[in-house]
Amino acid sequence: MNIRAQRPGRIVLRYLLLLAVLAISIGPFLWQLSTSLKGVGEDIYSYPPQFVPSEPTARNYARVADVVPVWGFALNSLLVAVANVAANCVGAALAGYALARMRFFGRKFVVLAFVLALLVPGESIMISLFLMMRSMQLSNTLLAVVLPGAVSALNVLLMRNAFAGLSYAVEEASLIDGANAWQRFTRIALPSVKGTIAVVAIFSFMFSWDDFLWPLIVLHDPDKYTLTIGLNYLQGTFASDQRLIAAGTIIAVAPLILMFLALQKYFFRGVGAGAVKG
Amino acid sequence: MVTDDNAADRLPGRREPNSHCVRSSQDAPVPSSAATDLRAAGRGARRSGRGIRRHWRATPWLFLLPGLAITLLFSLYPFVNTIILAFTDAQVLGGGNFTGGANFSRMLHDPQFWTALRNSALYVVGVVPFLVLLPLLLAMLVQRHIPGIAFFRAAFYTPVVASVVVVGLIWTWLLDSRGLVNSVLKALHVVSEPVPFLTDETLLLISAMLVTIWKGLGYYMIVYLAALANVPRDLHEAAEVDGAGPVRRFFSVTVPAIRPTMVLVGALSAVAAFRVFSEIYILSGSSGGPAGADISLVMLIRQVGTGLNGELGYSSALSVVLFVLTLGLMLLTMRLNKNEEVA
Repeated sequence: MNIRAQRPGRIVLRYLLLLAVLAISIGPFLWQLSTSLKGVGEDIYSYPPQFVPSEPTARNYARVADVVPVWGFALNSLLVAVANVAANCVGAALAGYALARMRFFGRKFVVLAFVLALLVPGESIMISLFLMMRSMQLSNTLLAVVLPGAVSALNVLLMRNAFAGLSYAVEEASLIDGANAWQRFTRIALPSVKGTIAVVAIFSFMFSWDDFLWPLIVLHDPDKYTLTIGLNYLQGTFASDQRLIAAGTIIAVAPLILMFLALQKYFFRGVGAGAVKG
Repeated sequence: MVTDDNAADRLPGRREPNSHCVRSSQDAPVPSSAATDLRAAGRGARRSGRGIRRHWRATPWLFLLPGLAITLLFSLYPFVNTIILAFTDAQVLGGGNFTGGANFSRMLHDPQFWTALRNSALYVVGVVPFLVLLPLLLAMLVQRHIPGIAFFRAAFYTPVVASVVVVGLIWTWLLDSRGLVNSVLKALHVVSEPVPFLTDETLLLISAMLVTIWKGLGYYMIVYLAALANVPRDLHEAAEVDGAGPVRRFFSVTVPAIRPTMVLVGALSAVAAFRVFSEIYILSGSSGGPAGADISLVMLIRQVGTGLNGELGYSSALSVVLFVLTLGLMLLTMRLNKNEEVA
């Protein structure tokens, strides 16, 4: 990028800055991990602070499960997230395809409905949603956690853009060969937008796994808790033992970090798209 | 940005046009109504696809059904319902009479509302400048392809992936009166007594803002990286030949080129900051600070509207205010952008 070559001093400075930011962004996670591995006998408030546990132990992970059903929470989170991913991928792809490739009366109104839905902040309808769930006898169920975000308007518009960006030539050829709309959709259009579907899937999973406010409102029974509200509950019950809270947070965050490391490029690609979702 | 990923997806379908596929009633050629479809279709289609019916009349609606049903039922209907409820005295137990603007005039005299509004507004003011500027500097730091840069980018993005609850609990522990931050500060003799990050009314709000900024850095860094890639290199080179130093080049080349992105980041972070809930909720141990002094607007909506004594009407009125102010904030940012472009 520069005309002249990088001077060694500059590159060293750059790496020093990178390491400083690294300490700030990763340090807190490592400190939490370290705390979660410290045994009951080890002073977690020791002064000066002890970064590496003297006798690392996994016992806190077993103990946290004695205090709250943390694996049950994890299972609930997983169920909700998987349902959310499936519904978003299927629903958004179908609707997006219709909006991008089909001509019908009322199409503009449908697009408008999705755009309006995008503008309504979830926080401003949560009370009304809660009322609905109650009258549908769904409050305190995992289904109620999934439903409001099951097909997000943003994902529909994202899929519409992806389909609209495809060349129409092949679909047209198959149309002439007698393929119906469903066949054109599943055999030709869908395989070409795999990348966008991956982005939709990953961001749906992440938003669902990390969601806090809505499950906090709609779930009352600890058996139904997802990990995020389960952790909040854990903090309320055993605030005294930081080791257990640390173990709980690591259980909640580890799957997502591993998923992120494996699928980095999709996470980065989805940033612009997910930006609007907030 | 939304359409960025189309490029990679624009692969030609490899499958042969199916000659073996089962014909269903949907492809029965019906020239009369097919004409309407074809009129709207591309020029090529009109030439070659004459007389072939593209789809059955109900097909688009079948495709739209799941997505549209969810959106109408769980976004737009509750939205309309919220507006209606805002003009009633509905409660979890009973109520439901139309009361006109009573909820809104009650707000004017509700000190909790003003506290919440002030905190949410302060949150925007405290968070947005940092989330516009710091991620940009960070993006410039990781922009160059030097060895190991992919690792640093991934590491800086990690806080984005974690749930706010996890992040909030991590920072609750770090900022505890006996936590890491206070021990380090004491070890460096910066302070003699632990700083009450989580128990002081003002410090709690600032701590929550720090958590929001920390968690948002990586996200907006990626947004900026995409924008920086589009800044013409020759502009930088020309400026450098003219003797402009890095600071000068930042302000006269980089900033003008990515201004739209900065406005976008400003709008997104402002709207998100105004809707803050989890950071304050978790850091305060779900109390909203000493005597609820750090409560945000969303926290107030939840507090008023839930539980057995939930005042749905009043809570809905607060929700309407939240919606209007969020929308206003968005429009304001866009307006700012437009004005400055004209100037």
